[in-house]
Amino acid sequence: MSNSVLLAIDGSPGGERALSYAMERAKLGGAKLIVAYVIEWSQYSFNTPEENAERHKRREQEISRATDTIVQPAADKLNAAGIDCETIVTHGPPAETIIRLAEKHGVAQIVIGRRGQSGIKALLFGSVAGNLIQTSPVPVVVVP
Amino acid sequence: MIRFIWAVLAMTLLALPAHAGFDETINAATAPIASAIGAFVFFKIQVFGAQLPLVVLWLVIGAVFFTFYMGFVNVRGFKHAIQLVRGDYADPDSPGEVSHFQALATAVSGTVGIGNIGGVAVAVTIGGAGATFWLIVAGFLGMSTKFVECTLGVKYRQENPDGSVSGGPMYYMKKGFEERGMSGFGKFMGTFYAIGIFVGALGIGNMFQSNQAYVQLNTVAGGALDGMGWLVGLILAAVVFAVIIGGIKSIARVTEKIVPFMAVFYCFFAIVVILMNFTSIPAAIGNIFAGAFTGAGVQGGAIGALIIGFQRAVFSNEAGIGSASIAHAAVRTPEPVTEGYVSLLEPFIDTIVICTITALVIGTSQVADPNFAGDATGVAMTSAAFERQIGWFPLPLAFGALLFAFSTMISWSYYGLKGWTYLFGEGQMGQTIYKLMFCAFVALGCMVQLGPILDISDALVFLICVPNILGLYFLAPIVKREMTNYLARLDSGEIKKYTH
Repeated sequence: MSNSVLLAIDGSPGGERALSYAMERAKLGGAKLIVAYVIEWSQYSFNTPEENAERHKRREQEISRATDTIVQPAADKLNAAGIDCETIVTHGPPAETIIRLAEKHGVAQIVIGRRGQSGIKALLFGSVAGNLIQTSPVPVVVVP
Repeated sequence: MIRFIWAVLAMTLLALPAHAGFDETINAATAPIASAIGAFVFFKIQVFGAQLPLVVLWLVIGAVFFTFYMGFVNVRGFKHAIQLVRGDYADPDSPGEVSHFQALATAVSGTVGIGNIGGVAVAVTIGGAGATFWLIVAGFLGMSTKFVECTLGVKYRQENPDGSVSGGPMYYMKKGFEERGMSGFGKFMGTFYAIGIFVGALGIGNMFQSNQAYVQLNTVAGGALDGMGWLVGLILAAVVFAVIIGGIKSIARVTEKIVPFMAVFYCFFAIVVILMNFTSIPAAIGNIFAGAFTGAGVQGGAIGALIIGFQRAVFSNEAGIGSASIAHAAVRTPEPVTEGYVSLLEPFIDTIVICTITALVIGTSQVADPNFAGDATGVAMTSAAFERQIGWFPLPLAFGALLFAFSTMISWSYYGLKGWTYLFGEGQMGQTIYKLMFCAFVALGCMVQLGPILDISDALVFLICVPNILGLYFLAPIVKREMTNYLARLDSGEIKKYTH
């Protein structure tokens, strides 16, 4: 059984808490962490021609911004604590992409923070954590 | 700075209506030029008593040639096109680029416009029900032209230093002919095309649209907006300004979202109306086939119906004009031919689906009540056909027409901009000048009835299909090679299908 854990973060306080939790667990069990950040994107969205022409540039900016401000600081924190980690920044529908990454890397568990959205927004759009729990092939830990 | 420019622009435009006879002056000055260019571009030959504009013949011959040359890619590539749009062949490991779906949606919102609603009504009025048959045939053939031009658009696009892309006929002609050792000719054709699309963007993709949007609004308002064209024009110009200069992309994103929804909404209710006229369906379809081959009651008979149908189709789906290849060029794919496949769905959606549905709405209404629309033509005729069955429909129809016009303007502002930057470089200052000019023309379109200027721009848009189709003949072997090579790798399984 694989001893790696997929940690999905989004730069929110919930993601921070998930990072702390995963860090503690990894220290105890010596697991490898895969830190993933999914930039929400749908291939079925509608763009103006100008947005399309500039899309490649924007995509690279989005990836480097997410890497610099969110993923790399998390990886630095993990490295400083002596935890083996790998980072991924990618575009896609969040829950589906996280599952795809979990399958690809054969992780034993997914750790994610709770965003705590409630009411109509959650009802309309669902929550990433909620979708993951329903569809994930491996156990999911949702850190409150 | 931008606020200052806007203020100056607004004041200039506000001052316009004060000059009584402003439009007459311009009309008088430009009318001779317009009729000369128009007579040249839309030069008509007599065929069995019907008038056939040579440019339509040029586009149709091109479409027939590409259909045969590419081995009926419009039929054989259809299924693959759907698979590509669904993302079946999109590598899940490199998401976040413009998808095939997005490129198609953007290009379709540029072609679906007032013509799909009103233009078809005009066509069946003049060409009879039989025109519908030829409209479908031309739409079907146009799919092959789109395939060729959009493949080339992606293959020969230019990557700018800032990471954005520019593509379209001017680029494929310049680079494609350069490869064949005809760089001087390619440069000439590219420049010719760029001028045509830039001027055309101010008319067919701008003034015509804003003018029709105003007419629509005024009709719904029961004439309350008579003489208020300047106000509607300024508001429209302000919204377009906010999107293309102010960078308020959210407005465009909202319309880009609503337009496909409106198109589906339109088709849905059109089918409802057709079904409500169900007793008239067999007769309406019978009329289409009978009219197509006998041309009963149409000037020029069957040939007259054929010409009108073909003309409506090429005006509507722009296959052969090359404009869509500018929009499709944004897709980053290692296989340019995939974009060609996707683009062939465009004439299908625009002409074979939407235009045909409109024609059937009118056709079934006509069978049930030959005088259902009175003297109305154009959008008003389509609107009357809907109103017969669904009383409240004219209102959402007008709203839809307004949105179609708006999204067509946004798309064409980009096409014109690409012509401009091809001619004058990618400099920011120049781009801003072009965009300001574009906004001024949006406002102008509602304020004045500049028939001759519209005629010039119409003529130029169709004039550019001359270099474009000529270029396509020269470059088609490259597309064919790409297609054969791609299909071989698809068959061998080298190009993988990803299961999602």
